[in-house]
Amino acid sequence: MALTAEEAARFADLLEVNSDALVATWTDRVATTLRGRLSHAELQRQHSELRKAFQQALAGGAQTLADESAAELRAQLSDLSSTRARQGFSVTETAVSVFAFKEAVLGVLDQSGGGDALRDYVTLSAFVDEAALFTSDSYVRVREELIADQAEQLLELSTPVVKLWEGVVAVPLVGTLDSARAQVVMERLLQTLVDTGSPYAIIDITGVPAVDTQVAQHILKTVVAARLMGADCIISGIRPQIAQTIVALGIEFGDIATKASLADALRYVLGKAGQAKRLER
Amino acid sequence: MNGQGERIEVNSDQDVVRVRQLVRTVAVAVKLSLVDQTKLVTAASELARNTLVYGGGGTVEVTKVDNGRKPGIRIVFADQGPGIADLDMAFTDGYTTGNGLGLGLSGARRLVDEFDIVTAPGEGTSITVTKWCR
Repeated sequence: MALTAEEAARFADLLEVNSDALVATWTDRVATTLRGRLSHAELQRQHSELRKAFQQALAGGAQTLADESAAELRAQLSDLSSTRARQGFSVTETAVSVFAFKEAVLGVLDQSGGGDALRDYVTLSAFVDEAALFTSDSYVRVREELIADQAEQLLELSTPVVKLWEGVVAVPLVGTLDSARAQVVMERLLQTLVDTGSPYAIIDITGVPAVDTQVAQHILKTVVAARLMGADCIISGIRPQIAQTIVALGIEFGDIATKASLADALRYVLGKAGQAKRLER
Repeated sequence: MNGQGERIEVNSDQDVVRVRQLVRTVAVAVKLSLVDQTKLVTAASELARNTLVYGGGGTVEVTKVDNGRKPGIRIVFADQGPGIADLDMAFTDGYTTGNGLGLGLSGARRLVDEFDIVTAPGEGTSITVTKWCR
């Protein structure tokens, strides 16, 4: 049930005339729900801005939230949901700010009375519900963006390439090695090999809980790529249970050097580097 | 004593991770040794990925079992995919119709104690594996 232009105008007047009382009731109502997690002054500021936006939308003849004149209101609501989402409020705690507006309007409506008050109120209510749904939608959208951002950050965080020694870089892998991560690992390792001019790379899989054929394939591809660039790759962190599983699966690492611990791998690499130096002399 | 099984729908890579986590949790609960836990989790990972990649998605059901002498875990992987036409070929090390290493199916069979496969072209594939506590 959309608002008629006439009703919208009446409400715009109502919101203007009773602005202070309305914002006060509204703020009190929301403050109880949020239990002091936002200051009263902050809420009051948000609500007076929202009231203004509602008032302007209705004064501009908005009949539904999608109307041109409600653009400012939509922007305000998106702002509200994105701030609340980032501050960690729940979707209920966000939507309540909009729903409580109805109660506040009811308060001032009673005082002004009028025969069509109920009818008017129901139509306005539909408009506010629309606004609340819009708020929830933007809230969910912001939260999804947050999650996507975090997943990306996690991907970056969980794949460091560290310089272990002069000419030796190491990639400590932790957790599940899916295709997306394997790709990041490979890119990072190859770039670091170029940047540091290291002839040796150690891939440490101590933190990988299960090495199945897919994980093995990703590691093998990374090793081959590093070799193509002239670097020697060593795989370390092969625990007893992983070794037995790899044998049973039938995966062959061929002539790639593998070590039980990162320390062993480093010792092996330093030994090889020493040999190479002696040969040069 | 056959416990109630836990079921996971496998439709994405995330679901394969969930299968691994569930199998590990149950394997710890029935007190499988660390080596056997790792073997079973790896086998489950291979077969769940086969269900996803070759079967086009399906279900995985993990159940605690007991044969009267020792406890174990039974996992059933079922899909409604194209099925496997040549089983001998499929169990050959290094043979794959995809782009993997061709070791998943044959390797998984070596990682578990009992392995049973029911498949026919066009009728999907159902694989039942069991691992017993030592």
